Amino acid sequence: MKMFVPLAAACLLASASAAHAADPNLGRNLAATCANCHGTNGNAVKGSGIDGLAGIPKDKTLQKLADFRSGDKPASIMHQIVKGYTDAQLDLIATYFAAQK
Amino acid sequence: MMLMKRRDFLKVGAAAGAMASLYGCAGGGKASGHVVVVGGGYGGATVAKYLRMWSEGGVQVTLIERNPTFISCPISNLVIGGQKTMEDITISYEGLRNKWGVRVIQDDVVAVDATKRTVSLKGGSALSYDRLVLSPGVDFMWDEIPALKGAEAQSKVLHAWKAGPQTVALRKQLESMKDGGVYAISIPKAPYRCPPGPYERACLVANYFKQSKPKSKVVILDANEDVMSKKGLFTKAWSDLYKGIVEYRNNSEVKDVEVGSNTAVLEFDKFKADVLNIIPPHRAGDIAHKSGIKLVNNRWVDINWLSMESTSTPGIHVLGDAIFPAPTMPKSGHMANQHGKLAAAAILNMLSGQEPNPEPVVMNTCYSFVDSKNVIHVSSVHQYDAATKTVQPVKGAGGVSAARNELEGKVALGWAQNIWADMLA
Ligand SMILES: Cc1cc2nc3c(=O)[nH]c(=O)nc-3n(C[C@H](O)[C@H](O)[C@H](O)COP(=O)(O)OP(=O)(O)OC[C@H]3O[C@@H](n4cnc5c(N)ncnc54)[C@H](O)[C@@H]3O)c2cc1C
Repeated sequence: MKMFVPLAAACLLASASAAHAADPNLGRNLAATCANCHGTNGNAVKGSGIDGLAGIPKDKTLQKLADFRSGDKPASIMHQIVKGYTDAQLDLIATYFAAQK
Repeated sequence: MMLMKRRDFLKVGAAAGAMASLYGCAGGGKASGHVVVVGGGYGGATVAKYLRMWSEGGVQVTLIERNPTFISCPISNLVIGGQKTMEDITISYEGLRNKWGVRVIQDDVVAVDATKRTVSLKGGSALSYDRLVLSPGVDFMWDEIPALKGAEAQSKVLHAWKAGPQTVALRKQLESMKDGGVYAISIPKAPYRCPPGPYERACLVANYFKQSKPKSKVVILDANEDVMSKKGLFTKAWSDLYKGIVEYRNNSEVKDVEVGSNTAVLEFDKFKADVLNIIPPHRAGDIAHKSGIKLVNNRWVDINWLSMESTSTPGIHVLGDAIFPAPTMPKSGHMANQHGKLAAAAILNMLSGQEPNPEPVVMNTCYSFVDSKNVIHVSSVHQYDAATKTVQPVKGAGGVSAARNELEGKVALGWAQNIWADMLA
């Protein structure tokens, strides 16, 4: 049990300083709003014709989203959806998906 | 009345215990407890899966659904139009059971005791919960169409607004209608489930007539002042693709029906059809009414947008079509799925002594087929606004398709595959 003490202490510190701050699962929650189309945790159904996002490097996803927003990358719907999220939210989403298998 | 023993249930859940892994700081304390979910549709199936997935098996989930399998309303208009079969829109609950360790019980919830925190099942047993989620969809206000109160009348004049036997029956009525016949569909005043859904159905029935019964007509009797969703795109489809077949009538509320002659009774007028498809006004599923929770206009459940919890009754969360919607928010399967995730995150926080996420976001996409291949969409993103305590549509985001197109026809079917997997697999 001893080895868990530092971790538990770190958790306490983290949650104390995080009082009134963002939910620690914010990235997970935001990314889940994409899952209806892009699959749970970004694993789209194979053959569904919709891009999976799991494991895609963060910069690549962010660039794609920026291109949808600017119109550089033509889209049927993503140019409308990307405008509903803040840059900070898109960053959290791209970070979350990059870490998924 | 016998309470199911929690111990027995834990055995069932243990199979999924293998999923549990060491927790870091992420959620603070680890959530535990028993959540009962009523209704295994778009909202209920999603919240059940996400509670199990995000708690890594720590929270026990029991899902009670009256039907043996999930049958999807989205894509069901393609069954009515003849492009898809019931098999294509039917999915079992085995994924939730086996992969996610959700205990799925086929039964009807007949009562909720919010004080004792129990639900009673038609089968005679009762279950206790730490948190309850209701995602019962809608039930119809038959008093508004008095002649349709009885079961026999309802088997003749169909709604097909819950996918299942009525979907098949409506397809059969259309198949046996003579060429030169009239199909009429009535739309209740908003809000109703799936704003574009009736117009999509009108298109797909017209598409069937155009190919197989070209002398036949589709008449839309809309209680609303105007087309409620994707107006420009639908009216363009009617004039480009179905000229002389589709006729749209606004301000045409159906007040009653003469069942024997398939006649819709309007305020000043009557309309006789060969196939009459009445979508009655609806309200939150009956169990929401029996639970004694606060309703708006005696129809929809009033909820707190940070947690989807009832504003009157702690411990009861409500999702999907049953809620009083936020501004411009549609009653859709996509949105019910988003509600499910918002609620799952909030419930896990609450079960581990944390506040719910203070800045939730939900978004919507609805695809409608205007023929067997071409599709149009509407989309929106809704962010929580602390000042109004609700989620508000983000200005400048969302919108509709530029024009109907076949690419979105493929995307719409891909959407269905992915959302079904996101709920059930
Ligand atoms: C023709 C049509 C087309 C549509 N197309 C689309 C579309 O393309 N995209 C989209 O996003 N949405 C679409 N919708 C809307 C979508 O179907 C609904 O918004 C969605 O189903 C709402 O989810 P829900 O969980 O609230 O209810 P439901 O999915 O209806 O689930 C409710 C479940 O609860 C069960 N239940 C109710 N009461 C009890 C009880 N007391 N005990 C046990 N079980 C109970 C019911 O049997 C049902 O399975 C369409 C709807 C229709 C009718």
